[in-house]
Amino acid sequence: MTLTPQTVLDRVHAALPQARIELLNNPSPSGQHSLLVHRDDALEVAQFLKNDPELLLDYASNVSGVDYPDHLEAVYHLFSIAQKQGPIVLRTRTGDRSGDACLPSLTPVWKSADFQEREAFDLLGIRFEGHPDLRRLLMWDEFVDHPLRKDYVAPEDYEYEPTPHGEILAKISAPASQA
Amino acid sequence: MTEADGAGAQTLDVSLGPQHPSTHGVFRMNVRMDGETVVKLQPVFGYLHRNHEKLAEGKSWLGSMPFTDRLDYICPITNNWGYALAVEKLAGIEVPDRAEYIRVIVGEMTRIQNHTAFLGFILGDMGAWGSALMYAFREREKILDLFEGLTGARMMANYMRFGGVRCDLPAGWLEKARAYIETYPAFLDEMEKFLTGNEILLSRLQGVGVMSAERAINGGLSGPVLRASGVDYDIRKVDGYGVYPRLKFRVPRGTVGDCFDRFMLRILEIRESIQILQQAFAQIPQGPILNPAVKTRGFKPPVGEAYGRIEGPKGELGFHLVSDGGEKPYRYHIRPPSLINLTLLEEMCVGTKIADVMVILGSIDIVLGEVDR
Repeated sequence: MTLTPQTVLDRVHAALPQARIELLNNPSPSGQHSLLVHRDDALEVAQFLKNDPELLLDYASNVSGVDYPDHLEAVYHLFSIAQKQGPIVLRTRTGDRSGDACLPSLTPVWKSADFQEREAFDLLGIRFEGHPDLRRLLMWDEFVDHPLRKDYVAPEDYEYEPTPHGEILAKISAPASQA
Repeated sequence: MTEADGAGAQTLDVSLGPQHPSTHGVFRMNVRMDGETVVKLQPVFGYLHRNHEKLAEGKSWLGSMPFTDRLDYICPITNNWGYALAVEKLAGIEVPDRAEYIRVIVGEMTRIQNHTAFLGFILGDMGAWGSALMYAFREREKILDLFEGLTGARMMANYMRFGGVRCDLPAGWLEKARAYIETYPAFLDEMEKFLTGNEILLSRLQGVGVMSAERAINGGLSGPVLRASGVDYDIRKVDGYGVYPRLKFRVPRGTVGDCFDRFMLRILEIRESIQILQQAFAQIPQGPILNPAVKTRGFKPPVGEAYGRIEGPKGELGFHLVSDGGEKPYRYHIRPPSLINLTLLEEMCVGTKIADVMVILGSIDIVLGEVDR
């Protein structure tokens, strides 16, 4: 069986009729249409995609986060190594870009999503619930913002750290009577 | 120091790196040891992070091409290829035959020089500093000389364009490359004889860092590391991109999934690459090297997205691109094989001795320019 987004969608509808999942058209010549799954159903659908004997999407190759004006998306490119098929593109969408920027982690299904979800959390601020170890991956732990967001404003000097030098310089240049 | 792990025994936490000769760049591992046995390992990334993906959003589509050279700087040309392939998918661009053959030739030469350098590096990780690396680099340099003759740079090639390659092969280049590739097997035979017959090498590699096929797939391993665990998966065969379907080659596989399989697999892959090169040298046609329909200035792919991937020397190199129809990418994401192949590093290392951690890391073959981006 050749896996297309439509055949995958039909299998999911047949097995999990309550799952909210829809086909999202991709107008580019690549023709890689994607499946948008509601975040509350994502984990269940992911388990099904991986274990269903007709689909066997056992390899989550790529995970990327995308920043859209009113929501964030996590995009999973799934392949089947058993059947040498793919990619099937699975997307999940957050409620908004700030307070409700949460998605279920698919790392319990595909371990390969581990570092990649951490990266999306780090750079885009998508909080993956159920991730075994959700920490920043590339930026340092004390960093506060999410630099890959479209509205991120870079500071003028990344290297700035307060040091005692300023105080010492002030003391040296102060009039001698105060010393 | 903590006593939380192990059977009440005292454990010791050691930070390996980021400045460490065996971490292949600025990479750190926080290792918890019970005696000399590893009980926990946590990789720490980001020392070389420059937010490559954000920078690409501020440049034209073609403007990122030279920047891809700096991802896995051992293999710049295959990075170019991965990006060009993804953009070609996104915009539906055809590539002329001659350009596809040139891509295969420079791509497979890149694979050979990457795996050659790997042979030297892993010997260094086992404590044989210098000699093996020197011989490996001597051979690698000959391929870099050919790249310099073709692209003007040993490493930072900036060679591919959307719909082809930047310049045609200079006069006499193909003959020089063919003559060099004919001499390569003699070097490899000698190297293999010295290395694989060596008892120390065997005892350092065999049975170390074993990874099962099932875990390797679930953990997203790709390339030689995946195939060493016995999985028959080569993107050149599966996707059949470029002119690979016209070329005959085998996909070597390991049986045990230990460091020795990962080591031997590189040697076998070099031999297959030589087969591919000889066929490509014989088959390469005359013709254009660039699709004339593609604009260099003001290139705008249609709205949409694409995921393109190639079988890079280190594994699956993918690019996920989102276009809003403008002159710059809306989103430009790289699937770096070096980073994702480290997902199972801890599983490979736990239970082994601390000295084996370096060998296991070496057998995965990472470049930090790509891990941290």
